[in-house]
Amino acid sequence: MEQEKQKAALNLSLVMGDNALILGHRLSEWCGHGPILEQDIALSNIALDLIGQARLWLSHAGKLQGGKSEDDLAYHRDVFDFHNFQMVETPNGHWGTTLLRQFVYDAWHHAMLQKLVLAQDEDIAGIARKSLKEVNYHLRWSSEWVIRLGDGTEESGAKMQEAYADVWPYVGELLQKDTWLTELEQLIPGFQADEIISLWWKTVREVFSQANLSSEPMDWLYRKGHLGHHTEHLGYILAEMQFLPRAYPDATW
Amino acid sequence: MASLETIEQALEKVKDPEIPVLTIKDLGVLRGLERSLDGKLKVIITPTYSGCPAMYTIEQQIKQVLSRLGEDAVSIETRLDPAWTTDWMTEEAKQKLQDFGIAPPEGSSADKRALFGEERQVTCPYCKSRNTFMKSQFGSTACKSLYQCKDCGEPFDYFKCL
Ligand SMILES: [Zn+2]
Repeated sequence: MEQEKQKAALNLSLVMGDNALILGHRLSEWCGHGPILEQDIALSNIALDLIGQARLWLSHAGKLQGGKSEDDLAYHRDVFDFHNFQMVETPNGHWGTTLLRQFVYDAWHHAMLQKLVLAQDEDIAGIARKSLKEVNYHLRWSSEWVIRLGDGTEESGAKMQEAYADVWPYVGELLQKDTWLTELEQLIPGFQADEIISLWWKTVREVFSQANLSSEPMDWLYRKGHLGHHTEHLGYILAEMQFLPRAYPDATW
Repeated sequence: MASLETIEQALEKVKDPEIPVLTIKDLGVLRGLERSLDGKLKVIITPTYSGCPAMYTIEQQIKQVLSRLGEDAVSIETRLDPAWTTDWMTEEAKQKLQDFGIAPPEGSSADKRALFGEERQVTCPYCKSRNTFMKSQFGSTACKSLYQCKDCGEPFDYFKCL
């Protein structure tokens, strides 16, 4: 029983931590390239929150793995050891693509955290309570942008629909009842994966209808990022992110 | 060995590097001091935001201030739970923020607004007008939003509720 709980806690921490780390890294690529200063700053702030959260989750995962550090996990694992969804590693595309990806992720993240704050494990509940406060702001911001662009000019609406075609195939992974998700019942009494999925749909439907975006069904691509199956993009991210600590293992600042 | 009281007073000198009018005590970042039986001192802090880049500087400053008191074996523990909230900010701290040109958090973080709830009404720190609007939910640092006053025209930072 204890062992199963540990396994559930570790898998969860890796999925949450790796998603936050890789998405945070992707968003940081916008720093200095945003369309206007305020929004450049907004994305950089969100990136910072996510990387801060990644540190919390990965520190916890490291502890569960017998004393590894957050840096060991961030810098010294290879592609197939990362548990993030494929969606967060996809290239940023244009502003609308980044925003739409952010919104569907925020909606998922928000739904997850609302359940994780109920975990009996105080470390997990603590990280979730801290993160939820920040993710409230993320979700509000990305929702407003999706609505503003979707329901904006003819051009912005068309670009959002195009973004939808780019992002949607990756969404399926957020909505699967995979083992790492269903085993959360070990940590949260009465947990049901379906609740996350229906919370996600509720937010997405509400925002899409205000944004005048059609959400026609599209086939999900589903390649199990949480089991280490990734797109070619993750390797490039890691090559950049891990270069320094691997080339200069003793570097400090 | 300095008393905990002396240490607490000394730590009042540690300021938030991004908002230099506020100390870590004003902000509620300093959560506690503990001295174990073997004399080791532990300082407990909590981050405002999980990715707050000021935390590292704050830790360095704490160590510096305490080493001047001869306390060299200090451990700093970052405690997440209960999560930091703007409700912990003292009234004095809010006044200092206002005088510094940053609108302090208004209301309580506990009032949960819907996803697209009304924007909070924020008072301009310069002319005290309530006729202001949010320009951007994210400001110069994670803890602030950018507002502008419609009366005096000045843009200003608002320390948002968390
Ligand atoms: Zn004014």
